[in-house]
Amino acid sequence: MAEKKRRRITVRYALHRLRHIKASTVVILLLLTIVAAVSILPIIYIISNAFKPLSELFLYPPRLFVRSPTLQNFYEFFYSTDVSAIPLSRYIFNSLFVMIVTVAMTLIFSSACAYAFSKMRFPGRKWMFDMIIIALMFTPEAVVITRYLIVSNLHMINTYFAHILPHLALPIGVFLMKQFIDQVPDSLCEAAKIDGANEVRILLNIIIPTVLPAVGAVMIIAFQNVWSDITTSTFYMVDESMKTLPYFVSTLSNALAVASVARKGAVAAAGLLLFLPNFLIFAMLQKSMIETMVTSGIK
Amino acid sequence: MERSVKRPRGKARNTLREMRANYVAYLFIAPFMICFAIFVLGPVVSATLLAFTSYDSVQAPQFIGFGNFVKMLTQDVVLMKYVIPNTIVFAVVVGPIGYTLQFLLAWLITQVPRHAKKGYIMAIYTPSIAGGVLISVVWAVFFSSDRLGYLNDLLLNLGFIQTAQAWTQDKAYLLLIMILVTLWGSMGVGFLSLFAGMQNVDRQLYEAGKIDGVNSSLKELFYITIPSMKPQMLFSAVMAIVGALKAGSIGVQLSGKNPTPDYAGQLIQTHIEDYGFARFELGYATALSFALMLAIFILTRICFRFLGTKEDE
Repeated sequence: MAEKKRRRITVRYALHRLRHIKASTVVILLLLTIVAAVSILPIIYIISNAFKPLSELFLYPPRLFVRSPTLQNFYEFFYSTDVSAIPLSRYIFNSLFVMIVTVAMTLIFSSACAYAFSKMRFPGRKWMFDMIIIALMFTPEAVVITRYLIVSNLHMINTYFAHILPHLALPIGVFLMKQFIDQVPDSLCEAAKIDGANEVRILLNIIIPTVLPAVGAVMIIAFQNVWSDITTSTFYMVDESMKTLPYFVSTLSNALAVASVARKGAVAAAGLLLFLPNFLIFAMLQKSMIETMVTSGIK
Repeated sequence: MERSVKRPRGKARNTLREMRANYVAYLFIAPFMICFAIFVLGPVVSATLLAFTSYDSVQAPQFIGFGNFVKMLTQDVVLMKYVIPNTIVFAVVVGPIGYTLQFLLAWLITQVPRHAKKGYIMAIYTPSIAGGVLISVVWAVFFSSDRLGYLNDLLLNLGFIQTAQAWTQDKAYLLLIMILVTLWGSMGVGFLSLFAGMQNVDRQLYEAGKIDGVNSSLKELFYITIPSMKPQMLFSAVMAIVGALKAGSIGVQLSGKNPTPDYAGQLIQTHIEDYGFARFELGYATALSFALMLAIFILTRICFRFLGTKEDE
């Protein structure tokens, strides 16, 4: 009840505010709405297509919104692996396993490393962190060949290590986390030290709870980095049973790019399934992400 | 403690002693730094070394000095005729224009009422997380060659074209389409950083500015907002440069072919993969990687020049 009442008051307040909005604000709102619509339209399209029955997929003229939604495309997608030797569940398992381990380990590695860079004084601290800043401009794409050579020389081809370990070298994770931990006053850590807490304790009980926004942000970035990645599957996995879901979907959609519309619906359904976790995670953690980006500046 | 590092006498021994005293710190950074060394430093260093060799992945690399770079400048017709012009056009539009766009959109969003901000951010950021698979699915259909493609349908209806066009197979349009699609998906972490930086500018500065005659939003932007958010601008500039130069797969995804039709969408990245994984000229391919990294490095250094904070600030 109270909730409802409060909402009514907020609405009335918003309407009241609306009357005092300047003309320039209206123009800005209009402009932004157009940009936002253009941004989001393709996403709406994929959602809509995922639920279209076959008759609507080939309808001419094409229509953006679905009329009689069906789950047919999702079934089609789940059965699309029937002809191949590898069941879809294998790709899903690989993707989930790799994602969970990668995100968890990224969080552990980058928070431990960032804490040391931020709060401990040790020889090499400055140049090593400078190196991480320079590495922000590193792109794995540019050195795809030598990365392959290294992975292959370490005998990691066809193992989960090749899926996971390259993703853990995420300089932006350490960088964002370190910038955020810098804001935690040193005195807090020192007080804990006097109370007899060791470094691991301080990290877990004091630092992490105060830098939760940064943890959220790094989680998002690590997740996005690994979840839709197809490079590890393409280059480091020979065995089909070791490849991940996005790779499988991309093989389905490759045929689509060359104008064939045979599996349009199934691919749309698969695309939606891949995209949804991305979207939900960002929607949930948007606030942490923005809060963290405040400290993202390079000085 | 920092001062003791600089003490001249017995410096090495001092450093060692300090390293031993702080061994916990090294334990904390070790897991990340080892991964970093293997998968970031390792590839960069070995690419730098292999760039000066001839290597086909079967026989041991042969040192050939600047041979690969000479080849790059004198013999690689595709590189000179298509790849470099394409990459420059692509990077100039996606980099600076994309960056300006990010800045403008972030600024516009800070001007709207608080409750609306979240929605706009969500809508504009979302494409950047769509990922390669989704991009090729959505846009391949949008630009599809038959009349079921949205663009064809629209233009046919408006009477601009008489028959359906194969947009992504056409050398006249492919690069343009790649640029548009990349811009659409470029509002990522850098954009969020700009927005967050703007949001965070101290309110009091604006109040003080009003007294000093900074009275329009545009003046506020130039005299107060931009100077206060240089660090975030630098961060997102780095992200923009990297994003503009690392792109490659987009042309292949859209056209479904590597090399792209008539090399119209061939970027440096696609060229590297072509030489590395199709022709197995690994020495030459890594020389290209090296050139790409050098370009990224030089451009980011220039940004550091303009946007970096001086030591005394």
